[in-house]
Amino acid sequence: MIVQEPIVERKPNVGAVPTIAVSTLASTDIKMKAEKLSVYYGSFRAIADVTLPIYDRQITAIIGPSGCGKSTLLRAFNRMHDLIPTARVEGKLTLDGEPVYGPGIDVVDIRRRIGMVFQRPNPFPKSIYDNLAYGPRLYGVRKKSVLDDIVEKSLRGAALWDEVHDKLHQSALALSGGQQQRLCIARMIAVEPEVVLMDEPCSALDPVATIKIEDLMRELRKNYTIVIVTHNMQQAARVSDYTAMMMMRPDRAGEMIEFNHTRSIFTNPRDKRTEDYVTGRFG
Amino acid sequence: MSAVTQSVPSTAVPTILPRGLIKSKTGHQRRRVVNIIMLTLTGLLTLVAMLPLIWVTVYTAITGARYINLNLFTQLPVAIGEGGGGVTNAVQGTIIVILLGMLISIPLGILAAFYVAEKPNTRLGFVVRFSTDVLAGVPSIIIGLFGYAILVKPLGTYSAFAGGVAISIIMLPTIIRTTEEMLKLVPKSLREGSLALGAPDWHTSLIILLPAALEGVITGIMLAIARGVGETAPLLFTILGNDQYSVPQIVQSGVQNNFSPVQILQGILVTPTDALTLTMYKYSQEPFPEHVQQAWAVALVVMFFVLGINIITRTLTARRAAAR
Amino acid sequence: MARVLARKPSPFQQAIQHGDVIWRIVIGAMAIVVLLIMLAIGWSVWSDSSQSRELFGWNFVLPTSDTTWNPVKDKYQAWPIISGTIVTSVLAILLGAPLSIFIAIFLSELCPHWLRTPANFMIEMLAAIPSVVLGLWGIFVFLPIVVRPIGEFLGNTLGFIPLFAGPIPASGSSRLAAVLILTIMIIPTITAVTRDVLRAIPVAQREAALALGSTRWETIWQVLLPASLSGVLGAIILGLGRALGETMAVTMVIGNNPVESSGSLLKPGATLASTIANQFAEAVSPVHSSALIELGLILFVITILLNMVARLLVYQVSRTMPMEARA
Repeated sequence: MIVQEPIVERKPNVGAVPTIAVSTLASTDIKMKAEKLSVYYGSFRAIADVTLPIYDRQITAIIGPSGCGKSTLLRAFNRMHDLIPTARVEGKLTLDGEPVYGPGIDVVDIRRRIGMVFQRPNPFPKSIYDNLAYGPRLYGVRKKSVLDDIVEKSLRGAALWDEVHDKLHQSALALSGGQQQRLCIARMIAVEPEVVLMDEPCSALDPVATIKIEDLMRELRKNYTIVIVTHNMQQAARVSDYTAMMMMRPDRAGEMIEFNHTRSIFTNPRDKRTEDYVTGRFG
Repeated sequence: MSAVTQSVPSTAVPTILPRGLIKSKTGHQRRRVVNIIMLTLTGLLTLVAMLPLIWVTVYTAITGARYINLNLFTQLPVAIGEGGGGVTNAVQGTIIVILLGMLISIPLGILAAFYVAEKPNTRLGFVVRFSTDVLAGVPSIIIGLFGYAILVKPLGTYSAFAGGVAISIIMLPTIIRTTEEMLKLVPKSLREGSLALGAPDWHTSLIILLPAALEGVITGIMLAIARGVGETAPLLFTILGNDQYSVPQIVQSGVQNNFSPVQILQGILVTPTDALTLTMYKYSQEPFPEHVQQAWAVALVVMFFVLGINIITRTLTARRAAAR
Repeated sequence: MARVLARKPSPFQQAIQHGDVIWRIVIGAMAIVVLLIMLAIGWSVWSDSSQSRELFGWNFVLPTSDTTWNPVKDKYQAWPIISGTIVTSVLAILLGAPLSIFIAIFLSELCPHWLRTPANFMIEMLAAIPSVVLGLWGIFVFLPIVVRPIGEFLGNTLGFIPLFAGPIPASGSSRLAAVLILTIMIIPTITAVTRDVLRAIPVAQREAALALGSTRWETIWQVLLPASLSGVLGAIILGLGRALGETMAVTMVIGNNPVESSGSLLKPGATLASTIANQFAEAVSPVHSSALIELGLILFVITILLNMVARLLVYQVSRTMPMEARA
């Protein structure tokens, strides 16, 4: 799979949203695309006119200082804002070219195909087995042999099988923080997603657990498209292929100010604010 | 896809992942339909639950309003067929009984709550909290039996005093619980500051902590009063009922006969009396329409008193919580 | 309150001077009084029922078809009363618990913001209605308008089953009436506790379930309710305790027949509390009074046990839940 460098054109005035001409890329390489995506809470605009591509089976990192709307953007991808009565999403978001928002869209299917891992591990207070079998059971898988198979594959996929295979019926809450997070990843894998959204997945974990998760991400990339929000720039630099930089505007809305290959963002950023942020001058 | 052997270290991930085991989109329609039906059902059932409340309140209000008049509160019951009359015996009785109840349960409850709030982990503290919970759950009729056993049988007469004691036991758990919770909410810094200045414990508790918790404590007292006013069972065997109970008359006849103040007080307290709730019960068992009508009027008064206190206390609590 | 002392007083002297010892004695004494009250109540029902207990022994409570409650001959057997209490309360739970759980789900998960305060408020007001007022409405409104038609319908269609052997009395006073009114009265109890238990579950659990593609209902039914099971159970038991001890409304609609042995819902019956309320003031013979107090003893023991179990269960929920931000 050849990915060609996207041509980034930037309008002259600072603060404008950069448009990305992706003329040289085949459209199958784009898994998801946001076009002028905005999220409102009531009349307050949380993120404004975000446009970015999410490339298939690449890791895209979203970075930026606190409050710039990274998590808000991520949650718009799998329609988590639907839960909030005052929230409103405008603009366009597509998955494999099909719209994610719209009347008659099967939200359940969207959320299965776009999985999410949260900042704090949130396993159900059930056994490890039941945590993993929860999703498949929702989708009608009943036969024990099939469930056992899914459970094992998901745990292996999350690099957790060796540690828990002999205690599948113990409570998931008995695991360590890092193990719980990998369990949550396995739980998500069990429903066969295509895109994996990760909202600061390592911020509640110790360094050793963090490294394990980052290794896992590199493996998962072979099969899933990953979007990760992180406030840890080094992590973004280590792990991601593409990086989107977000910042808060004066009107408190978040916007995307730069999007490029990770190495370009970190070695040769085009926006001064990006450069300030990645070199640690603020944020 | 290659098989995975045991020698692969745990951080290396095999390429076997779940694929194709979940048939996408099957059953989604059914799941969505079930979802909508069940969610709607919860809303409907909530409405259904409101019905009795609305029905009782509205019916009582309408029926009671038809028969309510000032005589109800100022006149004693008259013989059937005479028309008119009131339930001032019950009104006064309720007031006396509640006042007695407050007199006993408020100091007792607040002081006991101080103990529990300050020393929750001692054996006594734990046991008292447990007793409070138990008392809250004891059916009120058993408390009535208790009142009978300790005050009616020994004294040889039913009395307002016995009723007051029984009601005080009913009010006690509410007062203890609320006071304890309110005390716990007072910031520790207040207590520590007072102690650091050298104030003795009793001073800290009564003059610093209690006023700080006062609003909440008063709310608890009001709720306890509402509960006391609405109770019937504890009064059945303690006050018995008394068609002729009238405090002004007792005082008047006592003065005329040169009774001492103590004797007059005895006449007020150590004698059978009546109560609004008791009247409702008795009248509901009688075939006389006038009494039934009066029962509805009384129901109106009692119900709106109780609901009114509940509304007020909840508004106060909500405002306090919002201000925090 | 700075004090300059020539010599530091002994701790004992300091305590006395500041009144601390008195204070501590006072509040300790009040605490003991509360404990004593509970013990005294227990002791009182125990000792005042001694005559009846000695006379009738265990036969007083055991199931039997030879029912008597005869104040003239001073022969008493409590089985129909006990079974009446249990049956009416359990049926009220069977009707009221599912209803309450659904209402609690609505209040906790689905209620729109503007409706939240009024809806919760109304459910709590239902609990505040005095029992005797509910009984009054029960006699003059509920019985003729709701209970009797239902009773007649059940008697006509299902009358061949002993449980519904009719006909229902013209007044409507029956165990059925007691069941229905108890159902109304326990809804606030079960709903409030269940709602609180559900709201205590962290938001993260709901997010996790939804992110996997669950519908709202699946989240509630398969994640939230199972996680709060012991709390819900505790709520139900608290409701049961309330139903068992409920006196006035039940007395006013149940018909008060302590020897009705057909077991049919459509017939008048009696509960422990209703019998005591009905007969105690007029009980002449000491054996009669003692028997009634023994009924009180039974009621006392049952409600204490239930309350303890209920509270244990409700505390358990907070211990098994992952500690996170609450909903």
